[in-house]
Amino acid sequence: MNFYILSLLKAGLLAFVLLTFCAYLVWIERKVLAHIQLRPGPYRVGPHGLLQPLSDLIKLITKEGLIPGNVSTVMYLFAPFLAVALALISIVTIPFGPEFEIFGVRTWLGLTDLNIGVLFILAMSSLGVYATAIGGWASNSKYALLGGLRSSAQMISYELPMALALVAPILIANTLSFRELAEAQSGFHFGLLPKWHIFAAPFPQVFSFIIFLIAAFAETNRVPFDLPEAETELVAGFHTEYTSTMFAAFFTAEYANIVTICCVTTLLFLGGWHPLFPSEYGSDFIPVILLLGVAGMFFFHAGQAVKTRLWDRFSFPVGGVVTLGLAGLFLIPMLKPILVPFFWFAAKTLLLIFVFIWVRGTLPRFRYDQLMRFAWTFLFPVAVVNLLVTALAVALTTK
Amino acid sequence: MDAMLFLTFAAIAVACAINLVLQTHPIASALSLVGVMGSLAVLYLLLGGEFIAAVQLIVYAGAIMVLFLFVIMLLNAAAEKKVKKPALKGVVAVPLVLTFLVLVAYLIQAQAPRGTGVKFGEFTGGGALDIGRSLFSTYILPFEVTSIVILIAILGAVVLARKEI
Amino acid sequence: MPSEFPIPLPALPLPDAVPLSWYLILSAILFSLGVAGFLFRRNIITVFMSIELMLNAVNLSFVAFAYQLKSVDGHIFSFFVMVIAAAEAAVGLAIILTVFRNKQTLEIDEVSSLRL
Repeated sequence: MNFYILSLLKAGLLAFVLLTFCAYLVWIERKVLAHIQLRPGPYRVGPHGLLQPLSDLIKLITKEGLIPGNVSTVMYLFAPFLAVALALISIVTIPFGPEFEIFGVRTWLGLTDLNIGVLFILAMSSLGVYATAIGGWASNSKYALLGGLRSSAQMISYELPMALALVAPILIANTLSFRELAEAQSGFHFGLLPKWHIFAAPFPQVFSFIIFLIAAFAETNRVPFDLPEAETELVAGFHTEYTSTMFAAFFTAEYANIVTICCVTTLLFLGGWHPLFPSEYGSDFIPVILLLGVAGMFFFHAGQAVKTRLWDRFSFPVGGVVTLGLAGLFLIPMLKPILVPFFWFAAKTLLLIFVFIWVRGTLPRFRYDQLMRFAWTFLFPVAVVNLLVTALAVALTTK
Repeated sequence: MDAMLFLTFAAIAVACAINLVLQTHPIASALSLVGVMGSLAVLYLLLGGEFIAAVQLIVYAGAIMVLFLFVIMLLNAAAEKKVKKPALKGVVAVPLVLTFLVLVAYLIQAQAPRGTGVKFGEFTGGGALDIGRSLFSTYILPFEVTSIVILIAILGAVVLARKEI
Repeated sequence: MPSEFPIPLPALPLPDAVPLSWYLILSAILFSLGVAGFLFRRNIITVFMSIELMLNAVNLSFVAFAYQLKSVDGHIFSFFVMVIAAAEAAVGLAIILTVFRNKQTLEIDEVSSLRL
């Protein structure tokens, strides 16, 4: 198929899936946070609150788009645009699965592959600092300026440990492109332990993983590092003065950043789309078993409809049937080479996103000076030492 | 296609540079400089310098210009006030710079190597592997010296920017 | 390009391969704009940014010549220029901060206590 038309199709599909997933990530976050706090969460808008993102979107778009008086309009409007643009561009280099062939078209499950893919992601996150800084400054308000400056300073401080923690698995894989990084993690130690970078042979990259994850929390301004945008601290930080579509843009950019960073972590440390154990031992049937379990849970809870939740008698069996259909989809042999690797990639990424939300519901936030001290006096030296040890291990084990 | 890309991003670079010189508010100038650096990064990609393009975005546009932005916001720099320009400037200075530019452009046209067109993808020696190999074998001494230079710069900046008690 | 563009494009009178002199002329234009900004602006920070513009123009020249000579040395020089620019920006901005603290102004015409 023509390269341009194929790329256009893939780009359209990716944009649609990503934006819908960001919208439903809001729903997932609110549900998970709610259940951590022992309350139901969004429940009334649609079955189990599934239409909540739609109603949020409608609310945000139909709000009055107010531009305050003494702001410089160009920069005020430029900041959310830049935030969303950078957050969405980063997804372009991420491969979601291996090469496959469908209807005679041979292609990778991902838009493109740059041979400096990792540096591209770093560059986009470096440029993302401008969105917060300009957004905070252009709002012409004390809280926004302070929030913007603090957020930018936090982001550039944590870029250093992030980059150092990122170099360690690159030393082991000896490449900067994401496809080759993921391909380097195929295979199994002793036929059983996957060769993910977390279990890598010269030096297991556990410390790099933890450092990268902590730096990822700080880069995306999530708890425990969300002081710049916490409601109790600085009103709302750099997006205080933004309403309606511009606020929706910042919001989308934050969630798209979370998705991107989790995808990057999966590719760098958790082996991308490679399964947990070899397919000879049945790892191809793991998605089927999981989905059958979920369908079973749906049908079981449908029989236990409580008087206050009468909707459950209808919504749960429907959910169960849908899940059974999905499980059947994984058994079609033509779709297996696409769906099974994508399932592993999505499972690992969703696990990391769940960890992000779990940490938000569990930990208190750092004070600003504690945050900066942690980055410069603890995380950065630990990242340097980790890199040196990895480099030593790689140098001693390669011929 | 290469020529279209080059002309587009060269035009953006020149427009941002003119904006840098003509804007009165330092933040507008800083953002125009970021625009120049971004379009130059694309031009480096066209010339096969993929590592340099990435480093330009990460270091120059992503760190140095953020430092500029922080200092401008910290000092609360405002737009420059309009002053009566001495007539000398318009008569002597601007034509002088233009003459310099025209002279340099003519010399380049006369002396530039002919026959080397720049096509994207012809030069593949600018990747991280080649730069790393060269940096750690031929240019190891300047590399180590720059680390000392950066250390001196850090010390200098910390000492100079300290609050005097 | 890997394959044909799906829509036929109009044939523009553009060369197939961009001549190297175009890159060098662009570098000259950016450099002279940097010189113009350096000479004509009165805000210290804008003067400093014009210096950075000059450094960027020189980087472009280095990378263009690296393409022509098919060697990676130009990229290495460009890399070192960036590193030195970073160090210079840090120290220069610290000096600007100190000058501002002492003189409360950012105009270079007013920092003239050494003038005769």
